[in-house]
Amino acid sequence: MSLLEVSDLSKRFGGVVAVDSCSLSVPAGTITGLIGPNGSGKTTVFNLVTGFIAPDGGEVHFKARSLAGMGPDRIYALGIGRTFQLARIFPRLTALENMLVPVRRAGLKALLSRGEWGHEKERAMEMLAFMDISQVAGTLGGALSYGQRKLLELAAVMMAGPELVLLDEPAGGVNPALLERIAERIRELNRQGTTFLLVEHNMGFVMNLCHEVVVLHQGHAIAKGNPREVRENPAVLDAYLGT
Amino acid sequence: MTLVLEAAVLGILTGGVYALMASGLTLIFGVMRIINVGHGALVVLGAYLSFALFRSLHMDPFLSLVVTMPAMFALGVVLQLVFIRPLKTDREALSVLVTYALALGIEGVLGYVFTTNFVELRAWYETASFAVFGFHITWVYVFGFVLCLTILGALFLMLYRTSFGGAIRATMLNRTAAQLIGVDVDRVAAIAFGIGVATAAAGGVVFGITNAFNPGSHYDLISRLLTIIVLGGLGSLRGAVIAALIMLVSEDITQVLISPVWANFVFFVILVAILIVRPQGLYGVRVRDRI
Amino acid sequence: MSGTPTIAIRAGRVRALKGLGLVVVGILALILPLIAPDPATTGMAVFTVMYVGLASAWNIMGGYTGYISLGHAAFFGFGAYSFGLLLNHLSVAPGYLPFVLVPVAGLLTAVLAVGIGWVALRTRAATFVIVTIAFMFMLQLLGENLVKLTGGGAGLALPYSHDWGGDFFNVPYYYAMLVLAVLALVISWSIRRSKFGLGLLAIRDDEDKALAVGVPTRSFKLTAFVISAVLVGMIGAVYGYYVTYLYPQFAFDPLIGISMVLMAFLGGLGTVSGPVIGALLLEPAQMEFAYRFGASRLYLVFYSAVFLIVILLLPRGIVPSLADLVHRWRRGAAGPTTTARGSREAVKAASP
Repeated sequence: MSLLEVSDLSKRFGGVVAVDSCSLSVPAGTITGLIGPNGSGKTTVFNLVTGFIAPDGGEVHFKARSLAGMGPDRIYALGIGRTFQLARIFPRLTALENMLVPVRRAGLKALLSRGEWGHEKERAMEMLAFMDISQVAGTLGGALSYGQRKLLELAAVMMAGPELVLLDEPAGGVNPALLERIAERIRELNRQGTTFLLVEHNMGFVMNLCHEVVVLHQGHAIAKGNPREVRENPAVLDAYLGT
Repeated sequence: MTLVLEAAVLGILTGGVYALMASGLTLIFGVMRIINVGHGALVVLGAYLSFALFRSLHMDPFLSLVVTMPAMFALGVVLQLVFIRPLKTDREALSVLVTYALALGIEGVLGYVFTTNFVELRAWYETASFAVFGFHITWVYVFGFVLCLTILGALFLMLYRTSFGGAIRATMLNRTAAQLIGVDVDRVAAIAFGIGVATAAAGGVVFGITNAFNPGSHYDLISRLLTIIVLGGLGSLRGAVIAALIMLVSEDITQVLISPVWANFVFFVILVAILIVRPQGLYGVRVRDRI
Repeated sequence: MSGTPTIAIRAGRVRALKGLGLVVVGILALILPLIAPDPATTGMAVFTVMYVGLASAWNIMGGYTGYISLGHAAFFGFGAYSFGLLLNHLSVAPGYLPFVLVPVAGLLTAVLAVGIGWVALRTRAATFVIVTIAFMFMLQLLGENLVKLTGGGAGLALPYSHDWGGDFFNVPYYYAMLVLAVLALVISWSIRRSKFGLGLLAIRDDEDKALAVGVPTRSFKLTAFVISAVLVGMIGAVYGYYVTYLYPQFAFDPLIGISMVLMAFLGGLGTVSGPVIGALLLEPAQMEFAYRFGASRLYLVFYSAVFLIVILLLPRGIVPSLADLVHRWRRGAAGPTTTARGSREAVKAASP
């Protein structure tokens, strides 16, 4: 059963075709990798799926439901979270406050009631502990190291319990030890039921972690399958090494 | 019908001066991403400087530009260096407050020196006019329009034909990238601000000839200028010019067809209408942070 | 080490001190007209408390979300005029009864705020500032030109009680302003502690990221805007009732709009006590200066100078800068063994 279904998605910016009739599906419960040379449209696909930009053509379905016309906040409420290429957190809020920002249900009562907060704070501290950063709970986001920010970003996104999380270069700019920790956390969260779609350039990371891989080239999906298949696919090699 | 035509022509002529003033304002925004809420006050300051020169030396207002424009350019550079450059964080918000403060300061000083009585810039030829299509156009309006066209033309030429203009445009498009290719963005910012203020001086002369003014006139002026650049799209010079013409022509026609009282209001109605349909203005770009 | 209290105890002490301070200030505020009944002082008190309310109300939008509105005078004037029109058309007898109708003016202001907010919030922060200015001038124009409704340039008279003679006149208005200021502060404080408030602060830091984690930014911004506007509108209503005669250029006075912003800035945007401190410091000074230099327009130079000094030297405002100092003092005195938990306590205790 595919959780996320992208069909014939297209987007152009002026004269540049960023995404060209791209189709892919993410099966529930998997960790799927989205790879491709620079400029192949990976982040644009993310932006299209999460509602930051509107497609010129094609559709996105999540749990068989169309996401057309929805803004990023609604999409998050439906159960799709995302991280950004350069880890984004709220610099003037503490790590704990960062964890408490994500909105599960935007009902009036939920927002004004303080009763909920006791539980939320507990969950937040648990999540921070899971990421091994509970010691910085009181530190301002702006004072955190890059690695801590990456972990915080992922932790905060998980707060509303999304079913699908889009990770934009989770391994970007982190040292090998942290890399392994991040991979381990993703695996654990996946075991607990979260589906992941991640964009990555670090092949080792992708091959070790992902069950499925989709290859994007010039905005179009040219190959899919398990990591080994994809690695040996001549079309993929062409895309990476060719003109 | 002639009335409407006359109004339209007048609208174009006065639109010219607003186009000039708005260009300076939108240029400053484009380069530094700051909203110079003090631009109106600077225009009024320019008008008063010319007024002072006229009062003491009987200098023709247009001639006084030879003195006031360089002086205001220098003032602009100094203001940018002292008050704008130190703003590191929260630049957009803080610059609004800083420039507002400067506007108040200018208004205060002008009020102290010149009192709050309304004055006008006079020229010995100001009543001379010529007839066309059954109505009269005074020569001062035409001179003013020609002046604005000239300066606007020079501005466009500078921006699109000189390397410094290229540096300005590069900074407007992408500050970091401009730095990477060797543009001294700080210097560009200071000079661009200076240019903006110099155009305010020119605008001040034409404004002062065609309107009675006092130190408090900057409020009305800046609200119009801000409305114009929002309509045209923040940072777009083309937009500023076209928006100015649209605004002024509609205002003058409304004045004739409906009533002078509602003429001012038309400005805002157009603004609101555009904001509902196209929040980024005519030539503005939908700004999304890096995603 | 035995003589030095731990971080936790110090934090507790600071909190107790703050509570005590609040009680003292509250009591002083309540009995002010009794201990200083001369009209000069009570008059200054009316305006000072008015600005405490205005600055705190403005802060709910400008400080928390980062969307600077320079047109809040629109709501102030609208509140004043609608209150005046309400009193006149309903032939309400002057005295204490009109105060009950102030919330009605607030309701009317809410309607206006939804309309203005819906248009103004279609734009990003930079354009938003300009649009709010534009709306303020629009309302001023309407005030001047809808002569049959507002009296235009000739002004609008409000009823006032002849029973409140001489020295007593300021007192009811003082308490009305006090009630509104306390209301604004309570609302500001509870927003700050709620998830809604956290969402607003997130919008200020990174609006797109806030969207990405589900914060409904449009409705949040609009809500903050309307709450802020309603409070300002009600304060405007009491102001109208106090000055008893409204002119468009004084009811929709850009200087009022800019003063509330300046006070919030001086005290510290986004904090609860910041606007209070800003207002308490600036308003008496402002009135003093206007009294001495009003005629010569030099008081504008005063505004200008204070503004520039505050923004350039204390860009974060008084309260956050002070909090920083206290935090550093506490950490410094405790020595290098401060844990992260300790610093969290310190930060929490230091922020209002």
